[in-house]
Formats: sequence, C-alpha cells, structure tokens
Amino acid sequence: MQNANTGRAEHLITVNGEQRRVSLRPADTLLYTLRDELGLTGAKPGCENGDCGACTVLVNDVPMKSCLLLTMEFVDQDPPRSVETVEGLDGAEVQRQFLQHWAFQCGYCTSGFLMLVEGLRRQRPEANRDELVDWLRSNICRCTSYAELIHAVEGVLERERGAAPASDHPTPVPPTR
Amino acid sequence: MHAVGQSVARKEAPNKVTGRARYNGDVTPVGTLTAVIVPSPHAHAKLRQVDVEPARRMPGVVAVITGQDTDPMCGEVLEDRPPLARGTVRYHGEPVALVIAHGEAEARAAARRVTIDCVPLPLVATVEEAVAPGAPLVHPELGAYRRAQPPVVPKPRTNIADHAKIRRGDPTKGWAASAVAVSGHYTVPQVDHAAMETRSARVEILHDGRVIVQSTTQAPFEVQKLLAQSFHLQQGQVIVDVPLVGGAFGGKAAVQLEVLAYLASRAVNGRPVQLVNSREDDMATSPVGIGLVADVKLGATRDGLLQVAELSFLLDTGAYADSTPRVARAICSECTGPYRVEHVRCDVYTVYTNHTYATAFRGFGHFPLTFAIERTMDRLAATLDMDPAELRRKNLLGPGDRTPTRMMLTRSTLGNPQTCLDRAAALLAGPAAQPIGPHTVRARGLALFWKTSSSPPNAISGALVSFNQDGSVNLSTGTIEVGAGTKTTSAQILAEQLGIDVNQVHIHTHINTKVDPEHWKTVASMSTFMAGRAVMEAAEDAKAQLKSVAAIALKCAPGDLSVGQGRVFLTADPRIYVTFSDVAHGYSYPGGDAVGGQIMGRGSYIMRHLTLLDEDTGEGHPGPSFTVGAQGVEIDLDTRTWQYRVVRAVTVVDAGRAINPAGARAMLQGGMCMGIGLATREGVLYDRDGQRLNDQLRTYKVMRAGEQPDAYVVELVETPQIDAPFGARALGEHGLLAIPAAVAAAVSHAIGRPVDHLPITPESLWKLVRSAEAVQ
Ligand code: FES
Ligand code: FES
Repeated sequence: MQNANTGRAEHLITVNGEQRRVSLRPADTLLYTLRDELGLTGAKPGCENGDCGACTVLVNDVPMKSCLLLTMEFVDQDPPRSVETVEGLDGAEVQRQFLQHWAFQCGYCTSGFLMLVEGLRRQRPEANRDELVDWLRSNICRCTSYAELIHAVEGVLERERGAAPASDHPTPVPPTR
Repeated sequence: MHAVGQSVARKEAPNKVTGRARYNGDVTPVGTLTAVIVPSPHAHAKLRQVDVEPARRMPGVVAVITGQDTDPMCGEVLEDRPPLARGTVRYHGEPVALVIAHGEAEARAAARRVTIDCVPLPLVATVEEAVAPGAPLVHPELGAYRRAQPPVVPKPRTNIADHAKIRRGDPTKGWAASAVAVSGHYTVPQVDHAAMETRSARVEILHDGRVIVQSTTQAPFEVQKLLAQSFHLQQGQVIVDVPLVGGAFGGKAAVQLEVLAYLASRAVNGRPVQLVNSREDDMATSPVGIGLVADVKLGATRDGLLQVAELSFLLDTGAYADSTPRVARAICSECTGPYRVEHVRCDVYTVYTNHTYATAFRGFGHFPLTFAIERTMDRLAATLDMDPAELRRKNLLGPGDRTPTRMMLTRSTLGNPQTCLDRAAALLAGPAAQPIGPHTVRARGLALFWKTSSSPPNAISGALVSFNQDGSVNLSTGTIEVGAGTKTTSAQILAEQLGIDVNQVHIHTHINTKVDPEHWKTVASMSTFMAGRAVMEAAEDAKAQLKSVAAIALKCAPGDLSVGQGRVFLTADPRIYVTFSDVAHGYSYPGGDAVGGQIMGRGSYIMRHLTLLDEDTGEGHPGPSFTVGAQGVEIDLDTRTWQYRVVRAVTVVDAGRAINPAGARAMLQGGMCMGIGLATREGVLYDRDGQRLNDQLRTYKVMRAGEQPDAYVVELVETPQIDAPFGARALGEHGLLAIPAAVAAAVSHAIGRPVDHLPITPESLWKLVRSAEAVQ
C-alpha cells in the first residue's frame, strides 16, 4: 500500500534466504535498501554509478552492482529473486583465501570483491588467469597491488576444481643487511 | 614467543571479510538529518546573490545555510578559506550552500533549487599564469589572513601563499667547480586520493555543551582542536569519534566536512546532521593532492660529482593553501634527493590557482619532488655518458654528510641507501632499452627516494595499557586504522614487550578523543615510530607495576623479578613466579585480603630535537630519521601505438626492521601499484573555464586488475634506526615515491627522448615524438 505523501509502500524482499519487509520509494536502489532499510552494511557505496564495484552483491548467483539496481525489481517476486550479500557468506573459501593472501588493507572494497569472486566461483570455476583478471576489472581497490587479490582468486578456483591451493602467495623475502 | 618480526594477520581482518567491519557511513543513528553541499558552478566568480528560498520550501527541508561573515576562517597553516564561500568562489565545486533535510533524496532535490547568481572573474588556470606579472589575484586579501601555524610566508598582492627556501653554501662556487650543467623542466598534475570510502562527517551539538563528531578523519585530535578554537569551545567539549577508515592517503587529514557538519547542526538547533560526500563531491569539492611545476639545474664535475643544485618549485595548491606550505618545507628538506650537494639554492612557492584546493597526498610532496630530481639525475648521466646507477652511487649521502637543511646524518638516521641501490640495480640488470619483438622495446628505469616525517617538532603520541583479570591486556592508542595495519603493529610491539601472545592484546580500533590518548595525526608514516615508542613506554610502566605487586606476593624486591611469557618470576629461579592473572587486578592472599590494584601502564612520546626550518636558510631538523630506497621498473613499449605496460616493478627499501613483514610488503606493493597509476594515467583535469572534467572514477582513472606488473619484487634491507621500536623505519607512503620517476626513466630509454611530464600516456608520447620530429 502506497503512502500518498511519501510515495513509500511496504514490500517483501528475500535477502540471504531471509524474507524481510521493507518500506520503499520507487527510486530506491538495492544498495540503499540493503544498507539503510535492512542494516546490511557490508555492501558499500564507493561511487553509486557503477564504476567501483564496492556495492557488488549476488543476484541469482551473478555478481551485480547494487547501486545500479532498483529494489522494486526484487520485491514481491514468486519465486523470490535471490539476493546474497557478504553477510550471507559463512566461512566461504573466498573469505579464507582473502585472509591468507592479504587481499585487502582498508577493507572498504572487500565485500564487493568477495561477492564478485564468489560469483566467479559459481559461474566460471574453470576460468583461467586472463578470464579471472577480466572479472576483477569490474571493481577497484585503491590499497592493494591486485597481485594479492589475483592470488586469492586463484586459490579459490583451484580449490573449487579440487586441486591443491596455490602455494605461491607472497611470503616475505628474508632481509639483507 | 616473538610477536615482532611475525607476519600476523591484521586484528580486524575477520570483520573485513564478513562485512562486519564498521566504517563511518555504516551506522547512522535514527533521526540524523542529511546535509548536502551546493557546489559552485564556476571556478572564479563574484557571488551576487545565492537564492535559497525555493530550496527552503521543498518538502523535507529543515534549513539551508550559506556563507556568513561570522563563520570562522579555516586553514591549517594560513586561514584563507571560508567553510562556505563568502563573496567570491575560487574553484569549481567549492561549497556555496548547505541544504539540510530529512533524507538524502530530499536534500539533493532541494539543492538543485538553489540558484547562484554570480559574475565571472578572470581565471587563474595554471601556476605559471598565477606567478606572471599582472596575473588576476585569487586572494586579493592575502595580506590580512591570520597565520595559524607558522612558518608561512605569504606574498601579499600576488598569488604566492608561501615561499619556503633552502640557502646552503654558495651556488656561484658550485658552478665554478662544475664542468657540466644540466637542467630540466617538469610538470606533475594535481592528483586525487580516490580512497574507496568517500569522506563523511556527522555532528551533533548537545545541550550540555558537548559536540559529538563522527568522521572519516585521519586527524581526530586536529579536528577537535580546530573546532574548539573556531567555535570558542573547550577542547574537551569536542568529542571526535573515528571507526575504521576506508583508505585515506593523506586526503582525510584535511579538516573540511567536520566544520561544515558543525555549521549544519548549529543551524538546526544542534540536531545530528550527517554530510557524506558523493564521489563527485569527494573529487571536486574536497581537496586533492598538489600539482607541481619544477625547474631543476644540477652542476657536476667531469667525473660526475655533484657540486650545486638550483631548484624552483611552483606547487599548485589550488584555491586554498591548506597544508601545502608544510608540504613545501618537506620538499625543501629533501630537495636534492639522497645525494651529497654542497651548494644548494631551492625555492618552493605555494601558488594559488582556481583549481580544487590541495592537501597532503601520500608522500607529502615527495613523489613529484622525486620525479623532478631523478629525471635530472638521468639527464646528467646521459650528458656524462655514465651509467645512471653509477652516477647515483658516486653521489650518495652517507653518515657524516649533511642534508639540505644541514642535518648531520648517521647510519641510524639515514639507513643504507648504498645497499638499496646496489640490490635494485642488480635486480634490474640489463640494457637500458632493447628490442624484444618487431615493434616492442623492453626498457628499464631506476630511481631513488628518501623521505623524513616533516612533522611538527612537538608532535605527540600516547598509549594506555590496562590489564584484564585473566592477564590479557587492552591497548589504546590514538592512531587511526586506515588500512596500514597500525593497530596490529602496536599490538605486536606490546605483546613482544610483555612476552605474551599477540592474541592476548585487545586493541581499541574505534578511536574516541575522549578516552584515547592523543596521537598527532595518522600521517607521515609515523604511527609505528611514535605510537610504538609510546607503547614501549607503557609496557615498561606496566611491567614495573606488575613487579611491585608480584614482589609482595613472592616476598622479594621488584628488582629481583623479570617479566615474560605471561608471568612475573624470580630472575634467579624462574620456577618461582606469579602469572599475570594472579596480579593483574591486585594480588589476593589466601585469606581473601588483597593488595595492589588494576595494572595500568601509560606511555607518552614527544618528538625529540626537531626544529622548524629557518625562514631564510631552511636550516633545521625536520624529522627523526629517513627512509631510503631504490625502485625500478621494466616496461614493454609498442613503438607503433606508444602503448606500454610495466611488466616488473622493484623496490628495495631500508625498513630498519619489519615488525610485520607480510604487512610491510603489502603496504609497499600497494604503494607501487598506486605509483604506477600516478605515472601512467592519473591527473586532475580542468577545461578552459576551470571546470573540473574528471570527478568520477570512470574519468579519473585509477589502476585496475590486469594493469599491475606481472611481478612485484620487494626486498627489505634492515639497518636499524636506533631510537625506533625494534629499529623499524617509516614505510607507509614509500612504495610509490620513486615509481613515477622510474617509469619515466624507462619510457625515456625506450623512445630515446626525455619524458618530463606526468602522467605518461600513449598520447603524450605520440605528441612528444611528433613535435620532436617536426623540429628536426
Ligand atoms: S557504488 Fe556501486 S559501483 Fe561503485
Ligand atoms: S583494501 Fe582499501 S580499497 Fe581495497
């Protein structure tokens, strides 16, 4: 039911497998709804126009920039369109690999990259290095050198394919005096 | 059990991979109003009228404010900036009004209804135009501004906000002793910090007089002091609260949104108001990093010994000075590069233009400085027909030499530039340029950097350590976690000093000026050194307290005891001991009565023996030590398209001691990647009217995956800095410092012509080669 003054109305949305009631304006983006209405602040605003990927979530297993999606497209759907955020990851391999490979510093881009890589794992576990790098290009990290992120993704995909995880992650070089 | 020297994961890492790490924009208390900035549509204009009435009438709007004569003037060094434009706008994007509404959508809708009526003024588009005779003035009232933090030397009736200089030796003698002279002219554009988290601030003015500020700042104690001073409050009334910060790179050391949010809250009777930069605001309205135009002349003997350096730098500080006069002095301090030069004349001008104003950027002026000086060293090497590494080796500073500010160097303060250079040269061995395909040239370039802190001589840092009953400890320092891992490093230092596991140290990541001891600012890569020293002292204090309580329990003198592995034990017989938990909250006798109390260690550090630079000669002591390093790149360049790629990047740096080796490496590599971005693509662009052209991440290009080199080679040399915790030197900024110079060297070798302007794009190379061919 729409409130004539605010243009807001109540709807049902399913996020991380939980059904939630939200009050929406037709113009609300999914990023806004997740953060400001549902308290799921893992997805971050970095540009709100599709440039940075900090807001990436999974929609039916496909990574999408939630700043470019209207929440209206996700409500009252039967069957519900699945929206997954970083808060829905629980002990996933991608989280382990990011920790192991120092794939973040400030952490602000991290939720977005995690969801992007989780999407890659589900969609294209056989991706080679060129392809995985292509995927990573949709998001920006201003802190790391990208090598750490690439190592982490390789670790995830190798694990997914059943190979032993890569051991070529950066180990500190012994100092020379 | 050692904590120092271990690559322990950052403390907050598990929260960062689960979306549970909280940043300033993640928690907005219910009832918080939203303010948005109405930016100036012009780069330089007289404001005739700002009509806010239509905006005020929009739904959801609570207030609209514009610049008032009663507002305090802002400026870290020189108070030249009204928080909201007053009478004149001086850059495109300058805040003209603030709309305060119940939600962002309402505020933005209303902001579009504000009409700004103004008369354009002549534009000051470049630093060269700004210093030309008869140039229009950006600040006709320059002479009247208060100097908040001298030294600063403004030149009234010009566009020069400050002139810093070095006068050392006698250049005439230096030229007389020189057989060769080379000179170069270099330009570096303004650059954007582009931290992934944009800046934001939230302010609530309570009726008991307290002002609560929540912000993304790197300098909460500076925010506290400035707000207190500007609005006539006691410092303790202002409480600044900073959670994790999503990248900063110097851009969040400037105080801007906090003042605006304060004005907004004041306009609505103190209600909480938040101001969150959109990406466009963050790039065009909030400060960027300086641009620079440099002229460098070097004189040397026939065998390549430097005799004289004459340098002039015009720093593009944009519309306001902010911290640029301090950057200017940092440039003065290291103006010769890490080389021995007897006769030095250096002039650094902070120049106003109608560009976005500038503030600190990672490296505090040292990446453009390094670019200018290292390019000139390469010119000298070419003129002398000498290997560039060899020329540098001949001139390297060593212990006993003096810096441009006449600071005497020791092995401890300088570190070992020689080993850094030798290792980097070895890692980059090979011809300067060689064809590796029909249209591909592989080329190499090398450059050196050095940097000290250029912090105020009275910068302070504190640490508080409190014990929990179970013997674990809580650590509070005033540093901000911007991604550098500073909190984890402090925890490692404390764990090492107390002989406990780093997991037993619980850090306070969310800084609050009310309870956390002051740390000057989380800038200048000084956290490990300054907070580390404070933590060491706090550990000693806690150990003394542990011993005095344990001495009662163990029936001995405190001097008989040692501390380690979570115990206080008799040095002569370690089997006789109490655990930390036995004494952490007092020691209880078997009957239940107790002595002692909670163990609480405190540590406090203030910089030692630093002095401000003399206004006339530049003599002074700008920092506790230097970090020196050598960097190089290998590039592959396509001679048809002028496209090139950095395929390998090398850094050899004297780290003193790496407290967290993997963390240090990650910081350095991240810096190298940023350095490649600065070399190859980054730069703020304005059109002919001074309008900002690239205020988005699709137009202001930063590095993306796949553009990084195939290999990053990072080697750490370890020459301890005697007065630093475990010998550790500053490392946070240094990964990027010489990379743009090294890339320029490599590209110059590849195309056979000097490349002196950043960023180095294929288009700029095509133009360079074409214009050179046209001349021939
Ligand atoms: S916030 Fe969505 S792409 Fe940047
Ligand atoms: S970790 Fe800071 S932006 Fe990626």
